[in-house]
Amino acid sequence: MAAPLTLLLIVAVTIRAALFRSSLAELIAERVEVVSPITAWKRVVEGLALLDLGVSPYSGDVFHETPLIIYMFHFLVDYAEITFMTFVFGALCVCICFFFIYLSLMPFQFRKQKFALEADRYPMDSLELIRSPKEMYYVPLKVAMFYLLNPFTILSCVAKSTCGLNNAVLALFFLSTIKGNVLLSAIFLCLATYQSIYPITLCAPAMLYFMQRQYIPVNFHRVSFWWFIVQYLFMYLGSLFVLICLSFFLLGSWDYLPSVYGFILSVPDLTPNIGLFWYFFAEMFEHFRLFFLCVFQINVFFYTIPLSIKLKEHPVFLIFMQLAVISIFKSYPTVGDVALYLAFLPVWSHLHRFLRNIFLVSCVLLACSALFPVLWHLWIYAGSANSNFYYAITLLFNVAQILLVSDYFYAFLRREHHLTNGLYLKRKDGSEATLILK
Amino acid sequence: MGLLSDPNRRRALISMLTRLNAPICVVCYFAGVAWFMGLAFEPFTLRTYMSENAMGSTMVEERFPAGERALATGREFAAHKKKVGGMPVDWLVKNMQDRGLEVFTQSFSRTLPFPDENKERYIVKGTNVYGILRAPRAPRTEALVLSAPCSPGDNNNQAVGLLLGLAQYFRNQIYWAKDIIFLVNEHDLIGMQAWLEGYHHTNTTGMSWSPLQGRGGSIQAALSLELSSDVITSLDLVLEGLNGQLPNLDLANLFYAFCQKIGVLCTIQGKLQRNDWDSVSGYNHAVQTMMLMVMKQASGRPWGDHGLFLRYHIEAATIKGVNSFRQYKTDATTIGRLLEGMYRKLNNLLERLHQSYFFYLMPSLSHFVSIGYYMPAFGLLAVILLLRALDLWVQLNTPPSTTEDGVADIDQVRHTPGVLSVLTPLVISHLTGVALYALPIRFQETAVEHFPVSETEAVVLTAIAIYTAGLALPHNTHRYYIVCVCGTEQGWRVLKLVAVLYLAVLLGCTALINFSLGFILALTLVPLAAFVTPHVPKVLSAFILVILSPACTLLFSVFFFQELQDMPVSFQDGWLLYLSVISQGILDHSLYGSLVYPLIALLVYPCWLLFWNILFWK
Repeated sequence: MAAPLTLLLIVAVTIRAALFRSSLAELIAERVEVVSPITAWKRVVEGLALLDLGVSPYSGDVFHETPLIIYMFHFLVDYAEITFMTFVFGALCVCICFFFIYLSLMPFQFRKQKFALEADRYPMDSLELIRSPKEMYYVPLKVAMFYLLNPFTILSCVAKSTCGLNNAVLALFFLSTIKGNVLLSAIFLCLATYQSIYPITLCAPAMLYFMQRQYIPVNFHRVSFWWFIVQYLFMYLGSLFVLICLSFFLLGSWDYLPSVYGFILSVPDLTPNIGLFWYFFAEMFEHFRLFFLCVFQINVFFYTIPLSIKLKEHPVFLIFMQLAVISIFKSYPTVGDVALYLAFLPVWSHLHRFLRNIFLVSCVLLACSALFPVLWHLWIYAGSANSNFYYAITLLFNVAQILLVSDYFYAFLRREHHLTNGLYLKRKDGSEATLILK
Repeated sequence: MGLLSDPNRRRALISMLTRLNAPICVVCYFAGVAWFMGLAFEPFTLRTYMSENAMGSTMVEERFPAGERALATGREFAAHKKKVGGMPVDWLVKNMQDRGLEVFTQSFSRTLPFPDENKERYIVKGTNVYGILRAPRAPRTEALVLSAPCSPGDNNNQAVGLLLGLAQYFRNQIYWAKDIIFLVNEHDLIGMQAWLEGYHHTNTTGMSWSPLQGRGGSIQAALSLELSSDVITSLDLVLEGLNGQLPNLDLANLFYAFCQKIGVLCTIQGKLQRNDWDSVSGYNHAVQTMMLMVMKQASGRPWGDHGLFLRYHIEAATIKGVNSFRQYKTDATTIGRLLEGMYRKLNNLLERLHQSYFFYLMPSLSHFVSIGYYMPAFGLLAVILLLRALDLWVQLNTPPSTTEDGVADIDQVRHTPGVLSVLTPLVISHLTGVALYALPIRFQETAVEHFPVSETEAVVLTAIAIYTAGLALPHNTHRYYIVCVCGTEQGWRVLKLVAVLYLAVLLGCTALINFSLGFILALTLVPLAAFVTPHVPKVLSAFILVILSPACTLLFSVFFFQELQDMPVSFQDGWLLYLSVISQGILDHSLYGSLVYPLIALLVYPCWLLFWNILFWK
């Protein structure tokens, strides 16, 4: 395991370093698919310059990252050269994948134990669906490969997008959750929320996971249930409070609140990106804006409720679903966000036999990724196409993502169904039955 | 969504698609070709119409009187050109100043990567002269360009004369709301490139030029004039620009409308318009015109001096005067009037030309085919690739044999194709592509030292040699496959799936940027992608594969193009032409940034090599 992993790391770092040194880096850093107004390195540099001049970095509507990020870079840039930064970004990617390696191992060990306890409850023919340790052995390596060699991650890393940092925080949150460390989990979740608000929806799966681990029943009438929720929320909100106050004391003003969170929630920057917001809000009459803003933003948060109810037994899968929903519906998505949840796919490789549209969806995702730069070129440089062309591809890309996620969701539910009811279902008259999703 | 979630209907559809895969593919191919050929049939095309309000409804009256004087100026220019042996800069500056323009010059120099044998140039040095007529009626934020090339020999003297004549006449009019820039560029496109880069402060090709001293507003439209005789019989409109980009259709409409109004014969691709669309010969004529446009667009090179303007969002076209043996002649005054009319209408523009189409083909000057009509032809070809990919996917997913220990079998089969067996040919063929792209220019000196060839020949022959050497690759790469011999049947399927999807995406993107190129490549590459497997007869298929490879496509295109222009060539001449076309392609890439050569070398050729690999899969 160690040898291929080392090889993988070397390859990943080499690709990044080579791209970084080439003239492509500047081009990539300008791509709207790769950097958003929040995560663009160019804007961070601008913020740093303003900070050096003693001006609030949030004056001037360019910089939208959080105060902690800018102070972190302020510190780093002071002590090392800019070139060093590249390694920070590279290393971040690597560290994320390392954590993924661990965590992808964990849920299945847990599941296996659970299975050992309840083995006699399952029908015999569903044994085919149980993953053997041999199959699982390579999953972490595949996860690392999916993340490190994913072109999306590479692009986002070469562009020095701070999206890499957000992903790292989310990965740390995931790791500490899987390891069962409640306090760390709450702290990292709070950091992720502090960075981009949306991860707040991950509260639900984290709490469900801990409850499952500590054998606390999910029951509204039980005190232990409420007591745990209060505990977790206290840790979460407490650290959030600390972070916000820390930012205030660092900066000396509340400027950053409207500039970061207001910017995320009210979407004033309509630069095209791979998300759904820009075109709608560019076309919309001003007096409908607030209403549709609410509709679009609720989209991100709302799915937490039905998904948590349906997947309360499977919090790890719920985290995957939530990450996907966030990266599809958030206001300034980039390919870096997409890469984060794509890295989970090898973890669900046991669902492949139940996937229905994977071929179609991967073809569409592939074609869309190639068409983004082409249509951008036609629109912006050649001037012969227009924004509708680009938005059509954005829409298709997001539809494909939604299909992908819902396909995995369906496959997961179907596998659970087969686990309890047997793999080869029979109708009452003895003929083979098929499951239909309506 | 029923189709996506109902397993029974899905299964039915997929089984139908896999069972009837071959017939559907054949039908799609012929339907695509038929659709394309149908585009030239007049009832299926749209009549051109002026979309831009600012140019449509207003009336202008053309009064340009001084055609004869312009021709006299042209003759004077010719005399000075002959005396100086190049561009008579001082004479031009003085003449433009006399006409009341603000005159500036720009000098530029450029060393070509290797000598251009067609135009006989290697180290190019020249000067552009341009005069700006400041707009009296507006804040000078916008400009129009009229350019005429200063060509070697006796060409285009009349164009420069007419340009100066028009400058003098325009100077005395009061209605100009846009600056008008009169540009005389030396060394055709190289001079144009230098001027445009200087005007827009960009440097994309590493050329050296002196910065421009004077500027007008942002350029809205440009016309380039080519005129080599005192009287003409017809005017030809050239639209195709760099990378197959076309100007807004309204510019063509404007030209056509004025030709109709003034009564000048106008052509496109050198073909007159005919009214007998319902006869076979009429249809043939339209097909010829359209095919010429397709071939020119596919070549990706600028077919007139206007070609580089398009890169900067400037709608531009070249107007060429043709003097043939026809009886009816048009004099310079009339051409001057035509240009005057066009510039007055362009002067009325309130915003950039954007109302009409940017993606179109023209079977005649009065009819066009828009993107919505021609894309299905390409779509039908692309669908074949997707169908084949689906078929392969289904084959890959159905286990070959369900024996007693079925589970173990599936496991084995699923793991054997491995990443490595697909990655190796992918990487190797792309490296060959990189070699094809980079080596010819880099190794020209070495080649010239060791072989008795000129630099240009060296570049072209190296390119052909690398291309041919790539064919030997499968035999060598197969040594590395020994590790995974067991999965070979699945292995080529995976490789083919990757290759087919790769080709589909590649052709799709190409067709969006340059439809003609995408369609021509699809026409040849799609059938080979569809049929090639390791199990077809080797020698015959290898022959077909070579015939349908990008290089042979280019060779056929050269002959076909000559045929379309009614100038058939012998095989010997055709071959020489073919060599010069390759060298021009490489030059266009390094001089103007044309994308066709890198596209073919870095993407299309490696993709074709993948199919070659599949054929020789062991």
